[in-house]
Amino acid sequence: MKNLNKSTQKLIISILVIVVLYIVMAVMESTGNLSSLMSGLLVPVCAYSLVAIGLNLCVGYLGELSLGHAGFMCVGAFTSAFFSKAYANTIPDVPRFILALLIGTFFAALFGFLIAIPVLRLSGDYLAIVTLAFGEIIKNVINVLYVGIDSNGLHVSMKDMMSLGLEPDGTLLVNGAQGITGTPRQATFLIGVLLVIFALVVTFNFVNSRTGRAVKAIRDNQIAAETVGLPITKYKLIAFTISAAIAGVGGVLYAHNINSLTATTNNFGYNMSIMILVYVVLGGIGNFSGSLIATVVLTMLPEMLRGLSNYRMLIYSIVLIALMLFNWAPDILKFRADHGLTSKTILGKIKKTKEVQ
Amino acid sequence: MKRKMLSLGLCAMMTASLLVGCGSGNTEGSAENVETSGELTWRIGGIGPTTGGAAQYGQGVMNAIQIAVDEVNAAGGINGYQISFNFQDDEADPQKSVNAYNTLKDWGMQILEGTVTSGACAAVSAETYNDRIFQITPSASSTSVIEGNDNTFQICFSDPNQGTVSADYIAENGLGTKIGVIYDSSDPYSSGVYQNFATEAANVGLDVVATEAFTSDSKTDFTTQLQKCKDAGADLLFLPFYYTEGSIVLTQANKMGYAPTMFGVDGFDGLLGVENFDVSLAEGVYLLTPFAADADDEATKKFVATYEESYKDTPNQFAADAYDGVYIIKEALEAANLTPEASNEEICDALISEIQNVNYNGLTGEGMTWNDKGEVSKDPKAVVIKDGGYVSVQ
Amino acid sequence: MGFLTYLINGLSLGSVYAIIALGYTMVYGIAKMLNFAHGDVIMIGAYLVFMCMSNSGLPAVVSIVIAIACCTVLGIIIEKIAYKPLRKATNLAVLITAIGVSYFLQNMALLIFGSNPVSFTSVINWEGLSLAGGQLKITGNAIVTIITCLVIMFGLMWFVKNTKPGQAMRAVSEDKDAATLMGINVNATISLTFAIGSGLAAIAGALLCSSYPNLNPYTGSMPGIKAFTAAVFGGIGSIPGALIGGLLLGIIEILAKAYISSQLADAIVFAVLIIVLLVKPTGILGKQIKEKV
Repeated sequence: MKNLNKSTQKLIISILVIVVLYIVMAVMESTGNLSSLMSGLLVPVCAYSLVAIGLNLCVGYLGELSLGHAGFMCVGAFTSAFFSKAYANTIPDVPRFILALLIGTFFAALFGFLIAIPVLRLSGDYLAIVTLAFGEIIKNVINVLYVGIDSNGLHVSMKDMMSLGLEPDGTLLVNGAQGITGTPRQATFLIGVLLVIFALVVTFNFVNSRTGRAVKAIRDNQIAAETVGLPITKYKLIAFTISAAIAGVGGVLYAHNINSLTATTNNFGYNMSIMILVYVVLGGIGNFSGSLIATVVLTMLPEMLRGLSNYRMLIYSIVLIALMLFNWAPDILKFRADHGLTSKTILGKIKKTKEVQ
Repeated sequence: MKRKMLSLGLCAMMTASLLVGCGSGNTEGSAENVETSGELTWRIGGIGPTTGGAAQYGQGVMNAIQIAVDEVNAAGGINGYQISFNFQDDEADPQKSVNAYNTLKDWGMQILEGTVTSGACAAVSAETYNDRIFQITPSASSTSVIEGNDNTFQICFSDPNQGTVSADYIAENGLGTKIGVIYDSSDPYSSGVYQNFATEAANVGLDVVATEAFTSDSKTDFTTQLQKCKDAGADLLFLPFYYTEGSIVLTQANKMGYAPTMFGVDGFDGLLGVENFDVSLAEGVYLLTPFAADADDEATKKFVATYEESYKDTPNQFAADAYDGVYIIKEALEAANLTPEASNEEICDALISEIQNVNYNGLTGEGMTWNDKGEVSKDPKAVVIKDGGYVSVQ
Repeated sequence: MGFLTYLINGLSLGSVYAIIALGYTMVYGIAKMLNFAHGDVIMIGAYLVFMCMSNSGLPAVVSIVIAIACCTVLGIIIEKIAYKPLRKATNLAVLITAIGVSYFLQNMALLIFGSNPVSFTSVINWEGLSLAGGQLKITGNAIVTIITCLVIMFGLMWFVKNTKPGQAMRAVSEDKDAATLMGINVNATISLTFAIGSGLAAIAGALLCSSYPNLNPYTGSMPGIKAFTAAVFGGIGSIPGALIGGLLLGIIEILAKAYISSQLADAIVFAVLIIVLLVKPTGILGKQIKEKV
């Protein structure tokens, strides 16, 4: 462990923490000590974490603000759920889920790639608005997409169910705004945790690879990077595609944990994109473990506040603003540094007391 | 270094906030709960949006269930046991709805009355089916809610029922020769009703001349859709969506000087309750509703009076369905002669069989019965708005 | 004739987007932040006008003046509490706080005003113009909104060009540090920008709800996003750009609904936006940003 460099140590620690948390949760669940609410939240938290990791790669390392990551999540969710539902009775569970995972990831990556080609020519807020636009287009199209299958094969319509012309024996797979119902429920906490760890390892390796260093160089100074002869577009494309693919994995997980998959503003629209951005910024831009912690806290928080009934979301928004100020406001940070309130000194104190014990 | 410091600082802060969160989470129960700690009670849960864009529907349901529960408790409860009631917010989102359901499960819910919206309900009914908890939804009308399970029942008309009945009614009464349709293509409820309407319209030979859609992202401006219907010569507009958008459609049609017969479904109920709405615009609007807040019968009067007194608002059809729901559960539980000591599964199985024998007269219909699929059979009542009130038409 | 009708409808919708976009672009141009809470300030403004007019029976003009005053104060308070402490932090941090403020305003309004929608009485009692023998109708709302837009636009342009605080704003938007060296109070200038932006939101709220008379706590969020799109479309930071962006967005939306597909109208609007930005990467009237080496 001592021989490894600092960032590798950090990754290993993060993974160990996740594994320990997983074991704790799994033991609590099997002994019946975990509330239904908590155990129901485990998989969604993993799904959102994955999207947050994907977006953090984009915001933190590529340095571009994307407001469309819920769109990639949506693509991953719908393509994989479509596959799982279409082959629900023909392929056994395990290979089907693996295939669905691959398909969802592939299509999210494909969309990420296609969108990145035009988008990465832009920068800053213009890029943000274009990614938001793409996310909205994806959502809008899925809402009017009707797909059915019968003895004559696959029918697709962008208008309504009647124009599909399904035979009576046909089944409707995607029903417009009503989405996909009855996706086999295969996502488990174990799969979720494995995928999160996998995503962490992938992003870690990417960030520290030759390509990753090039991406960081581009982020810090595009013109300088260009002068050294780095192929800017290629590196940006790679980073954006990986980022979209990881968001797609999150989508697959999300889709296989819920019976009714619909594309609304709250779950796959700009609201969700913004929510994921909140996780990323609050957790620390460029800090993957921070994204995980922020996702866990901000997903749990509104559920924990349920006891407040009508005041729940109000308190939630106040906590959000307070957290942002606490962690980002220069004056508050200075105050914390002066009074020994930084996490470092706090952690140091905790360590000391432990040593004393 | 600074970044690391930041992130660590964050960890500490978040742990703290999580603890705070836990603290408040432990003080179980929202303001809507009936306090019955320690005592054996029926635990009925409710789920619906009380925040977010659909909040008015969820809050109506929550308030109405509260009224019914209070009444039942005052009259001695069900089989001698009081009811505890807990309502959770889902923001009309399927995932949040499942979270709300799990919260209620932790609370010890035995029967679920909810959820309010269709998309969320389909997600929750899969959960109740697995856990064997009886579920009855006041207002989720999509067929996907009751498909693939035996434990979910609807109090409202289903989408197919509404779409088909509307088409038949329009055809039989010759309300219009050329039909224009405007619907919300991003909403499961609206597109569900539309699909069934269009299918039946083709069967009964209605001439649909224009079909226009809007989405939740652009639901302020309906002038184009109205203009296209007008240009196509539609003399009747079928409007299967909620009254919130309905009030805008009516205002804009009026400004355009376009006055076809307007035909809404049950989502239009509540139109007259929109504060400051010029009810003369709604004159002559047909809608299918099982409930009229100004009906003359004793039960409705009493319910509306209590509701207005407690919540300073006129109840809509969502609320009336939810109010009925509590009494339907009561009737079925009494027929099954159960006590809260029974397990969830026993309650669920007993209710599934008993509800099919129930014949209930409530605010939203006479002689309501249920089949084994979970659909209610009650006659959708067509009403027309005259002089700012509902008038039944037959 | 059909086309003209759609065009006019598009203009009326676009004028509403434009007036909201003006507020966005104003704040962005000077403070360089996307104020996601702008749409919700609009909603608050509309509720204030509604309360004054329908509940207290005040005349429309008085109601709007009261709403402008209240929203200006609200804007200053929000800025002081939520944005000012983050002035030296990254832009993203302020963006997230703005989202927090947006949630806060929505939920506050939900608690105060309730979830049931209210029907907004138009502040304009004018039927509008009837052209071509009654075949073409331009509503009073649309005309007043467009005129208000133009007045505000020219007013703002005059203000930033010819007044002391306006010049300070331009200086701050160019270079904060240099402005400080020139003796400009940067903080006060940014606060002033927020105050003006929030005051404009009250007018936008009254006009938005006069055209589309449904008011609930979430009324502001969707037009807010659309207006943000419009501001980017026209070149964010550019005052005439906001007007042009708003009008074009409205017209494209209506024409897409009318001639292509009403189901896919949103997708078409956004697709056009993407194409325009690819051709002109800083929007229609946006300034070309030159990067320094």
